[in-house]
Amino acid sequence: MAFGMIGTSDAPAVADAAPGRRSPVALLLLLPGVAYLALFFVVPFVSLIVTSLKAPDPFGEIGRYVYAFRWENYVEVMTTYWPHIARSFGFAIAATIIALLIGYPIAYFIGVKLRRFPLLQALALVLVIAPFFISFLLRTFAWKQILADEGPVLGVLQSLTILPDDARLTGTAGAVIFGIAYNFIPFMTLPIYTSLERLDLRYLEAGGDLYASPATTFFKVTLPLSMPGVVSGTLLTFIPAAGDYINASSDFLGAPDTAMIGNVIEANFLRVENYPVAASLSIILMGAILLLVGLYIRRAGTKDLV
Amino acid sequence: MNRGLRLGIGTWGLAVYAILGFVLLLTPIVYTIAFSFNDSVKSNIVWRGFTFDNWTSICVVENGAVCEAFGTSILVGVVATLAATALGTAIAIALARYRLRFRAAATLLIFLPMATPEVVLGAGLAAQFLTAGVPKGVGTIILAHTMFCISFVVVTVRARVSSLDPALEEAGRDLYASPSQVWWRITFPLLLPGIIAAALLSFALSFDDFIITNFNAGAASTFPKYVYTAAARGIPAQANVIATAVFLLAIALVIGSQLYSAGRRKRLARTP
Repeated sequence: MAFGMIGTSDAPAVADAAPGRRSPVALLLLLPGVAYLALFFVVPFVSLIVTSLKAPDPFGEIGRYVYAFRWENYVEVMTTYWPHIARSFGFAIAATIIALLIGYPIAYFIGVKLRRFPLLQALALVLVIAPFFISFLLRTFAWKQILADEGPVLGVLQSLTILPDDARLTGTAGAVIFGIAYNFIPFMTLPIYTSLERLDLRYLEAGGDLYASPATTFFKVTLPLSMPGVVSGTLLTFIPAAGDYINASSDFLGAPDTAMIGNVIEANFLRVENYPVAASLSIILMGAILLLVGLYIRRAGTKDLV
Repeated sequence: MNRGLRLGIGTWGLAVYAILGFVLLLTPIVYTIAFSFNDSVKSNIVWRGFTFDNWTSICVVENGAVCEAFGTSILVGVVATLAATALGTAIAIALARYRLRFRAAATLLIFLPMATPEVVLGAGLAAQFLTAGVPKGVGTIILAHTMFCISFVVVTVRARVSSLDPALEEAGRDLYASPSQVWWRITFPLLLPGIIAAALLSFALSFDDFIITNFNAGAASTFPKYVYTAAARGIPAQANVIATAVFLLAIALVIGSQLYSAGRRKRLARTP
């Protein structure tokens, strides 16, 4: 239940104490919620699959589609939008790595170094979750203004001649990746913090006593012990990042040539009303994510995810 | 000696890195708050001087569109939170307390919505509403939000149920309490902190959701959807005002609850 780590840091890892009785009450409790999820999660997924196979209306009316088994939709979508698909996963992987490089040291600092100062530790945790409390669209928009052509960051970089005078920051792949990484730093930091918080410091001392360098101790002791946090943090970042379309949108940090799969789905569903394209892209996105996540979990060797 | 010194430098380096990280996290928040006080004309992009005017004219600009969207967000958040908390708490108790035949399937069903990207959830629901001929509006937003909040409620409350000592309820039954008395006088009060945490998480998720909302809102507008639409032509400073007010309120709540539980821990530690 690694996903539960977020927001429930004071609760022990969920391992239900050998559930006792069988009872009709259990079904009564379970049924309404499960029925709701079936109706509004499973059935929509099925209608997404059905929609992805639909064919255009034979009378040529725009925005109308008839039931069919047009699996060519998938082939067409793959050949038309493979750059967007590749970009989505490339951006998401890059953003996840950046968020990890920023989030892990923060989590280590709060969970290990601030352990002796409970008040400072609590304050630092509030700072990490602070971004949750302000609209993420406004935060992303703030970055757009800060990185804009007239903004302070670009001006400084140009006057230091790090960037040429005609360089831009917004509307580039770099800005989109940065924006995604920024948005998910708290999701990365919190689960890692949860597993580092319980790290027994005597293990680190033991490493030092056995003449391991600090780096060796980190890679042989600390990192393996915090792997559950790293796995859930990277998943909490990667999955939403691959489907994100705010950062890549031209109104925020992106440009038309940074469009991700989410942008294509949104445009096809809500503007062009080409539902089969939007639906088949959604299915491809979902399938690719399940595949990658499955491979990743197998490699990372964490079993207690569900 | 040498090793101690190196560790010292490492710790300082880490502290500086972490502080830079905090600065990065807070920069756009500070920017958003600062620009709620900007004496802006139409678009709120260039700093033109300090004013309180935006704070007193929240519902005046654009015929109160910001205000209306904010009201819709609150309505959606409250209704979806109530529904998801009720449904999710029931599932959490069933999963943690009873032997079930379909436990694995139910757990998977609860886990999957959290592992599905929002575009897919949003597009799926929109496709279903389209097929069923349901007109999109505030109602469909509430249905969608309830769906994705349930899983988070289950996870949060389930942790609380699992850490609950069954002996307390047994003691109640031994003292001839009826099942409803056991629930209302023992179980529910003990679960309440977990349920409240789940409800707050649901509200926060619902309030800040944009992607799923965008697919299922139709002509209705929530606060995030308003900001997204306004981004193309310039976001008015009044949107920053609302975001700032919500932010300050949430931070006050978090710090208040932290202080409260710290104080309680101290009191409990003192009682012998």
